Amino acid sequence: MTPEAKASLFDPLIKENPITIQILGLCSALAVTTSMMPALLMSLAVTGVLAFGGAVISAIRRHIPDNVRIVVQLTIIASLVIVADQILKAYAFETSRQLSVFVSLIVTNCIVLARVETFAMKNNVAASFVDGLGNGLGYSLALMTIAAIRELLGAGSLFGFPVLPTLADGGWYYPNGLMLLPPGVYFIVGFLIWGIRSWRVEQVEQPEFRIRHVHRAQTDS
Amino acid sequence: MSKSAQSRGEGRGWLSRVLGAPKNSMTKTLLVPLIVALFSAVMVAGAAIALRPQYQANQERNRQQNILAAANLLQPGVSTASLFERVEPRVVDLATGDYAPDIDPSTLERAVRDPSTLVTVPPELDAAFIKERSRYAVVYLLYEADRLQQIILPVYGYGLWSTMYGYVALESDANTIVGLRFYQHGETPGLGAEIDNPKWQDLWSGKKIYSDAGEPLIEVVKGPVLSASRSSAVHQVDGISGATLTGRGVTNLLQYWFGAHGFGPYLQSLRENTEETR
Repeated sequence: MTPEAKASLFDPLIKENPITIQILGLCSALAVTTSMMPALLMSLAVTGVLAFGGAVISAIRRHIPDNVRIVVQLTIIASLVIVADQILKAYAFETSRQLSVFVSLIVTNCIVLARVETFAMKNNVAASFVDGLGNGLGYSLALMTIAAIRELLGAGSLFGFPVLPTLADGGWYYPNGLMLLPPGVYFIVGFLIWGIRSWRVEQVEQPEFRIRHVHRAQTDS
Repeated sequence: MSKSAQSRGEGRGWLSRVLGAPKNSMTKTLLVPLIVALFSAVMVAGAAIALRPQYQANQERNRQQNILAAANLLQPGVSTASLFERVEPRVVDLATGDYAPDIDPSTLERAVRDPSTLVTVPPELDAAFIKERSRYAVVYLLYEADRLQQIILPVYGYGLWSTMYGYVALESDANTIVGLRFYQHGETPGLGAEIDNPKWQDLWSGKKIYSDAGEPLIEVVKGPVLSASRSSAVHQVDGISGATLTGRGVTNLLQYWFGAHGFGPYLQSLRENTEETR
């Protein structure tokens, strides 16, 4: 594996994570992370669409006219999303009902179009596939982390298996309802970004402007 | 050199001529999206056909689960198929309200879709906006110790965006609701699709469909049911915020299916023979 391929596979995990650094794809991160099973299926679907969409678009990139490129890209992405949705409905029916519209909404997921526009249109098929895979895995890592925290603190379980016995089941754990509500995700993502940037200080952006004192009020002595 | 290139150019098929055209030419601008759309359509259609048997099996299991859920029969850890054997499918001729014993329930899906059994619903009676329906309906009966316990009836009708398909389970008085479930609909997630919310579904249990005079009064009101003590409250269920039109659709389809053109005659005959045994 070339260093470039390695970089495009592993960089999106932490260094250029789509969710914690690029702050893309948050809508689905809010919607499907109340428990781990839907989050896992969503991650697989997004990763598949990113990898194969990137590869297909890269293969025909020299034939895509500039002024209709978004049309062509979205046609391919949307078809892949429909196929992914059909596979989920056939083999993971219950969970796909929980995911409801959010699989179809992968079409509008900012990460997909961002990788296709900025990478697959300019690189060869193999590189685009690896880039899509890497970004999909980065998205998956963020999604699974959020879902694990939400399901553990919100329902006391992981993948549906009880870990912290809840009061309702005769245990001691009082579930935190905030974790199951969408605002809980903002807290988790906020803490994740804070944590990663404290660990990797180079990710902290330079402030765009600073407030400085130009005059200091004259105080009479 | 230039001559041979020209002759080769003439010999090429239309596809290679398109592919050889400059990227931003008019030919490509028109044809590339078209070809991509064609390939995508074939891929989507192929996947749909290949996965259909699996999807239909899932849908059938989901339908059975919703029948059992409406009748409050679901048990965790017991397979749907074995629980489903407890309910007995029967074919009802809706016009007369009698059973149609000559129709085999197992061929029923076909019989229900058979165009020769379709009946046009008179527009003035068509509260559920279904235009036509089958002469026959498959009801499910739950017996316990040879006594009729529950009647589970299929209902469907138009909501805001979609036809909503569901089941209503009634107690043996053919009036009191045990439960209501929709197994297929396309209402807005988060708004109309809250008809799948267990908290809302629980509100239906114990509600009565008919007035003393036999008129179907059951309805989804807008907002909460105002006074629980008022006599009308037993026929009313709270509306869902942001789902007024879906709620109206639920009211309409219940009004139709429990009216004279729906299960009215059948339920009437059941009430007259309350001691019916198997």
